[in-house]
Amino acid sequence: MNLLAVDVPPLPDVTIWGEGPGGINKTGAIYVFAALATLLVFFLGTRKKKDELVPSGLMQNTAESGVGFVRSQVVMATMGPDGMGYLPYLTALFFFIFFSNITEIIPGVQFPANARFGIPLTLALATWVMFNVVGMIKQGPGSYFKNSIIPPGVPKPILLLVVPIELVSVFIVRPFSLMVRLFANMLAGHLILVTFATLCAALFAKNVTIVIMPFSFFLLVAMTGFEILVSFLQAFIFTILTAVYIGSSIHPEH
Amino acid sequence: MALALLHVMFSLAATTAADPTKGLTAIGRGIVYGGAAIGPGIGIGLVVGNAITAMARQPESAGTVRTTMFLGIAFTEALALFGFVLAFIISG
Repeated sequence: MNLLAVDVPPLPDVTIWGEGPGGINKTGAIYVFAALATLLVFFLGTRKKKDELVPSGLMQNTAESGVGFVRSQVVMATMGPDGMGYLPYLTALFFFIFFSNITEIIPGVQFPANARFGIPLTLALATWVMFNVVGMIKQGPGSYFKNSIIPPGVPKPILLLVVPIELVSVFIVRPFSLMVRLFANMLAGHLILVTFATLCAALFAKNVTIVIMPFSFFLLVAMTGFEILVSFLQAFIFTILTAVYIGSSIHPEH
Repeated sequence: MALALLHVMFSLAATTAADPTKGLTAIGRGIVYGGAAIGPGIGIGLVVGNAITAMARQPESAGTVRTTMFLGIAFTEALALFGFVLAFIISG
């Protein structure tokens, strides 16, 4: 099945890694890089140093500012002190998504691995399992289900309308929109960059069209800058939405 | 005007011997994404506009407002992205 720019393989092919040395294709290689880079930052950044109060070195600064950012902007902003236990998972999630997004603008690679929806889907399902399990443990299965589909303070007759909507939006739309948001944002950014790059190449001819080329080139550079922001923002949004969903399972609305 | 244009396109697509549905698929993709982008466009405008108003009134709460703004943008933007994905999924 070929859906324009998105190559969706037939279902049996999904279990196959793909081609390349060792059976790893470009997407897989980028994910391996992202996982290794995340591990590397935190292994090298958290090695014990003898009585140093001031953080030093690139890795330690990255790790500490990353943890500090996720703690203050994601965990404290959405879950409060109760959610501190989720900080390691959220930090790892943020760094992994960011590293697999940022390859979009690295010359020579120029492909965001999250523009293929396998891993975003897996991460979204992990979030889904997580907030459901946390809710069932913290509130008990029955009251968790009741709290998540019946919003407080709604008159009885309206519940007939609200309950199906909440049921669909909490248990189906949440993971699906998490997946689509990450995947479609990266795919759209990648398509924009590809469009302007090929346009530059096509306009770079020995006739009048070369006059228009600088405009296309300027937009290519500007969009590349914009994509740095997008790849950071999408990692942040995925992390903060995971935190919001887990937070809504920990503290039900009254 | 637009209807007439659509009619011309439709008849053009119908008279092409090779694959008459191909052009219509392209038009459908455009309509799907265009339609899906209207509401979220207005919505994101409202979210960001009100966030800027809030930040201008209370600069000390800018951090909280910014985080909430990104959340609001993410929720609103999802609809446009559904349309974007749907436009790819439509195949003639």
